Amino acid sequence: MNTVPLVQCSEVRKAFPKPDGSELLVLDGMNLQIFEGQIVGLLGRSGSGKSTLLRLIAGLAMPSAGKVDYLGQPVHGPAPGIAMVFQSFALFPWLTVFENVALGLEAQRMPKLEIRKRSLAAIDLIGLDGFESAYPRELSGGMRQRVGFARALVVHPNILLMDEPFSALDVLTAETLRTDFLDLWGEGRMPIKGVILVTHNIEEAVLMCDRVLVFGSNPGRILSEIKVALPQPRNRLDPSFRELVERIYVVMTAKPVGPATAGRHERFPGLGIGSVLPQVSSNLLSGLMEAVAAAPFNGTADLPKIATDLQMEIDELFPVAETLQMLRFAEVEGGDIKLTDEGKAFAHAALDERKRIFMRHLLAYVPISAHIRRVLDERASHSARKSRFVDELEDFMSEEDAENTMRAAIRWGRYAEAYAYDDENLMFSLENPT
Amino acid sequence: MAKFEPFGFLRELASPWDMAAFVVVIGLIAFLGGAAHGFFAPLTALAAQPLSLDPVHLPEYAARTTFRMLAALFLSLIFTLTYATWAAKSERAGKLLVPILDVLQSVPILGFISITSVFFLSLAPGRVIGAEFVAIFAIFTSQAWNMAFSFYQSLRTIPTELSEAAESFRLSPWMRFWQLDVPFGMPALVWNMMLSMSGGWFFVVASESISVGHSTVALPGVGSYIALAIQEKNLNAIGWAILTMLIVILLYDQLLFRPLVAWVDRFRVEQEPGVRAPDSWALTMMRRSRLIQAATIAFHAAVLRTSRAVKRRDTPPPADTDTSHTGSADLFWVLVVAAAVVLGLWHLVAGLITATSLAEALHVCGLAIITMLRVFLLIALASLIWVPIGIWVGMRPQVAQYVQPVAQFMAAFPANLLFPIAVYGIVAWKLNPDIYLSPLMILGTQWYILFNVIAGASSIPAEMRFVTANFGVNGWLWWRKVALPAVLPFYVTGAITASGGSWNAAQVAELATWGNTEVRARGLGSYIADAAAAGDFHQIVLGVGVMSLFVVIINRIFWRPLYYYAERKYRLT
Repeated sequence: MNTVPLVQCSEVRKAFPKPDGSELLVLDGMNLQIFEGQIVGLLGRSGSGKSTLLRLIAGLAMPSAGKVDYLGQPVHGPAPGIAMVFQSFALFPWLTVFENVALGLEAQRMPKLEIRKRSLAAIDLIGLDGFESAYPRELSGGMRQRVGFARALVVHPNILLMDEPFSALDVLTAETLRTDFLDLWGEGRMPIKGVILVTHNIEEAVLMCDRVLVFGSNPGRILSEIKVALPQPRNRLDPSFRELVERIYVVMTAKPVGPATAGRHERFPGLGIGSVLPQVSSNLLSGLMEAVAAAPFNGTADLPKIATDLQMEIDELFPVAETLQMLRFAEVEGGDIKLTDEGKAFAHAALDERKRIFMRHLLAYVPISAHIRRVLDERASHSARKSRFVDELEDFMSEEDAENTMRAAIRWGRYAEAYAYDDENLMFSLENPT
Repeated sequence: MAKFEPFGFLRELASPWDMAAFVVVIGLIAFLGGAAHGFFAPLTALAAQPLSLDPVHLPEYAARTTFRMLAALFLSLIFTLTYATWAAKSERAGKLLVPILDVLQSVPILGFISITSVFFLSLAPGRVIGAEFVAIFAIFTSQAWNMAFSFYQSLRTIPTELSEAAESFRLSPWMRFWQLDVPFGMPALVWNMMLSMSGGWFFVVASESISVGHSTVALPGVGSYIALAIQEKNLNAIGWAILTMLIVILLYDQLLFRPLVAWVDRFRVEQEPGVRAPDSWALTMMRRSRLIQAATIAFHAAVLRTSRAVKRRDTPPPADTDTSHTGSADLFWVLVVAAAVVLGLWHLVAGLITATSLAEALHVCGLAIITMLRVFLLIALASLIWVPIGIWVGMRPQVAQYVQPVAQFMAAFPANLLFPIAVYGIVAWKLNPDIYLSPLMILGTQWYILFNVIAGASSIPAEMRFVTANFGVNGWLWWRKVALPAVLPFYVTGAITASGGSWNAAQVAELATWGNTEVRARGLGSYIADAAAAGDFHQIVLGVGVMSLFVVIINRIFWRPLYYYAERKYRLT
């Protein structure tokens, strides 16, 4: 076997400058090798830097430190042997299927005849025969993504980069496309040597990949590497398949090691008033508590199981579970979610009682909400400008994070009836609207 | 049974669409060729063959005006594709180029004509083409800015993934420009070209009679025909001019804009099915005709061939840690800009201080305030009339279909054509011109309010209408809680365009003449018009400068905040 890896990342670090001069660290200490004949999955939640890593490999961005090598050569800009498939398809709507596919070859200034031959072959391979003269708008989502695949394959890349290629499709279409892709890959009919797949869908990763790299956030880094040795085609109901899915859930919900990032606030950087709050509605919070409290879970649920039951992907489920954990309504560990006594009490209470419990926890465990309430209580007018709290938050976080945190605090505070907020004049108050 | 076709071979040779296309193309070439004839004649030829009000000459005049408009549109397109691209691609250049565009947009058109005419005439001394340059440039200034803005906006909003796709498939910048940037910006650009065309017609009279010092050069065209008709008090001729303009605008619409609108529909990125593409017989003709097909294929081939010729240079995307280098370059850039600003200010201030008094400047500011009051009052008045009508029309698609083209024609209708009525009325009834000349200012621009309100009302979702019907929300409550809030973002867009246009129109509308009778309203517009007629350079600069300043400030402190407020609070998504 060839010992030069297709792609090698060594100590890659990527940071984006923030307006205040500091920087936002997205990826740190990233080491990675991709060898021929593998489909490698980059699995993680949004914000874990996996798409950023894909763009570094594609040469669409440059690392702040460390290096990315392709076939032993450092990557300077998009390399000819690397092609990409996009989440939103990224087809040119003014070009026909044929013209979209031929575009990459035109850019290589290949002879006309050759372009025609190769484009038609790629269209044929991916099952788009008969659609050559159609415009993307005339195609369904699944057919559009097939064009995306054909366009990438036609340049005969060594590596195919796929950025959540199935996540904009409905369940059935996505499954058909995955199966077709795996068939072509298994039969060696695609002119590619390796595949990197970015996904936030755990089952998709286990279904398609030979290796799964699980990413953690803040900053993005590899938490764990899991080899999938199951033979293709794989069966989602196979016990060994379920076991791998369970294992990945455990990795993704594991508490971080080391004293630096203490306990429950792992995914909400900083402590106290500087915590960035996630965007989770009170409906989702009570919905998940109810689901976990009810049969068959009765207070403790296996995350993969409940994700399947609720038809939620990890990107949607994890923030809700973690918010419950932050509010001390639940514990998340080892791939399980377990309601606390207060969480159970909340799930079984009526609306008014729920609001009282929620207010107690909000003011006890969400420092910014407690702060807003305290200021309102102390003032004779019982009102305060929003900008004053935003300014305080911006001492700890970016403008955008401060805005989002404020929005979460407003949303939860309104549900708990801990304070009122008027968006017209940007004022907090204790009064109810008249 | 197959149908027997005796002349099957003829069908093979040329489709009926080919015939139609042939006739139209040859006709257009003959029309425009005749118009271009005489460009290189000496200026004295104009004097030897003075304008005639005989309607027989109108087709020729129309052709020459059309030619100027097309030439200006073409120049505007080139300006747009270069200036806007530069502003969008280079962050450093954009910081300067975008505000410049904003200011240029607010400079009144008469100002451009007076200031540039000497320069253009000196390019081809004693030849008609010099005067043609002035006219074309004046029309250009009424068309180019909003087109450039729209293209700049499009370039800044290209979806990231499309850019990344172009980048990862290694398109050269030249290829990317033609395959991604231009097609993406096309729909908005075509829409703005239509608006620009209306703006151009409005100033066609001003642009075709050029005063140089104390003499006036009148280029043969519809605009100077109208000017002459006004001077000679010939109502018949005015009628003929209106008819000619109607026909030319109609032809422009059918032969140029309808096909363009139908054609650019394919460049829309939102790929929702179900929205019917607009249709156009002219586009069908072009698509079915092999003649024109061959031409478009040739254009595509040219794009591809030039793309092959221009090689991609592989430059790595900038690593973001290295800021020291860009820092010093930024500083240098800022210094250059600062130096230019100081020099410009020095020149302007020194020139104005020596030539004008403080009292004069204050007087001009006072006039600007009068014009400002007029513009705001008129916008309010026009809104009272057109918002309810626009909502009513917008809720009825069958009606909207007929109202839109009429409004479009009205927007292009030059105010000068109403001078006879205005002057007669004011003189006959001894009316106050400060009040009764004002409606001319909003004559062309009020339609933007109507356009936009119609668009807003027709975009109210059907479900929302069902809900209001279901709960019996009607009468004043319906207007207050449903219709007015729903159209507000659209209305504000229309009002901004109308306001900008009205300031510009003030130069034409505040000073109306009919023969030797002159009726004037006090205001900045008539001040600039007087200064332009007298050729007083310092007064022109002062008037134009104050007007630009007022327009920019009003936009910044009134319209822009209002626009963002309406977008945030009332935009239905």
